Amino acid sequence: MADTKAPVERPLSPHLQVYRLTLTMVMSIVHRITGAALYFGTLLLAWWLVAASYGPPAYADVEWFMGSIVGRLILFGYTWALIHHMLGGLRYLIWDTGHGFGPSEREWLVRANLIGSIGLTIILWVLGYLALGGPR
Amino acid sequence: MVQLTLPKNSKITEGKTWPRPARATHVRELKIYRWNPDDGNNPTIDTYSIDLDDCGPMVLDAVIYIKNNIDPTLTFRRSCREGVCGSCSMNIDGQNTLACTKAMDEVKGPIRVYPLPHQPVIKDLVPDLSNFYAQYAAIEPWLKTSTPEPEKEWKQSHEDRAKLDGLYECILCACCSTSCPSYWWNSERYLGPAALLQAQRWLIDSRDEKTGERLDDLEDPFRLYRCHTIMNCAKACPKGLNPAKAIAEIKIQMVERQL
Repeated sequence: MADTKAPVERPLSPHLQVYRLTLTMVMSIVHRITGAALYFGTLLLAWWLVAASYGPPAYADVEWFMGSIVGRLILFGYTWALIHHMLGGLRYLIWDTGHGFGPSEREWLVRANLIGSIGLTIILWVLGYLALGGPR
Repeated sequence: MVQLTLPKNSKITEGKTWPRPARATHVRELKIYRWNPDDGNNPTIDTYSIDLDDCGPMVLDAVIYIKNNIDPTLTFRRSCREGVCGSCSMNIDGQNTLACTKAMDEVKGPIRVYPLPHQPVIKDLVPDLSNFYAQYAAIEPWLKTSTPEPEKEWKQSHEDRAKLDGLYECILCACCSTSCPSYWWNSERYLGPAALLQAQRWLIDSRDEKTGERLDDLEDPFRLYRCHTIMNCAKACPKGLNPAKAIAEIKIQMVERQL
């Protein structure tokens, strides 16, 4: 052992860079993202409530913002994030009972989560506009 | 810790394209991760072309063909060549599996071959799995009892034996653990799918008498509860086992013992 070299620093093998995305993997990330988005959505909700208690001028600002195209897009996204995260929670609840782990069941669950959240969000908004008597 | 990008010394650079085999009519291209500890360079992707008429059908056959006929320096682990030993686990076409049971036919286009993800690389396709083995040892994978030893063997009914099906078949190839993003970010504290599947194998064994202690050892925010049911483990397992389900069953036992 006369000529031992200092050990080389080993490289880390590639991970996210090479791993093929799976639907369950993407849905886990989406669950996190929607969860984080809910913090901001809840801030909007708080702003709305605070403004309502503060008086008509403050409330008018909120109404103006939420009625604008950008405001509506944000609200639409918030609705989707909320419903998606809620359905995702139900999906995890099912998995916590030890069910739904089979190769086709788990794919069905994540698909149902995605389709369900998009579908419910659209239905909710259509119902909302109908209640208001059409888009304004 | 979550680090989405590779460290500086691990970034992959352009590699060598090796010549096509002469007079070959059916050629298949493989893009293989290379890293040599002796030259001080970053990892590269080398491109090899193999003659399908002179090579077996599996990815392992192709890798052995390259080592025998094109580039003898290509380094990888292999032994049984039939999905029993778990040595030739690697990342093929973006998914962890055994090279010996993965047919080249199943892959479209050039076959991309990398070492198991997010592990220190010893050379080429050989990752350092010391941490993985230490985690297996940490769950104490042997029968633990307190009652006096029986004269002959510890007996088990057929029904209780059947509970080990889907758990005992694990060959410790590490495909599942190294497919798990949660394990990538927390492998120093999260035990990972393989070790937890084995933990469940001993928890559920009717002959084992230390179930409570085993559960105590797992009751930890990281060791067990970093599983977020991402399911990559179950999709990667070349033996068709379901570590995600085994982990869910451990979590259920954690709840049940408090009721």
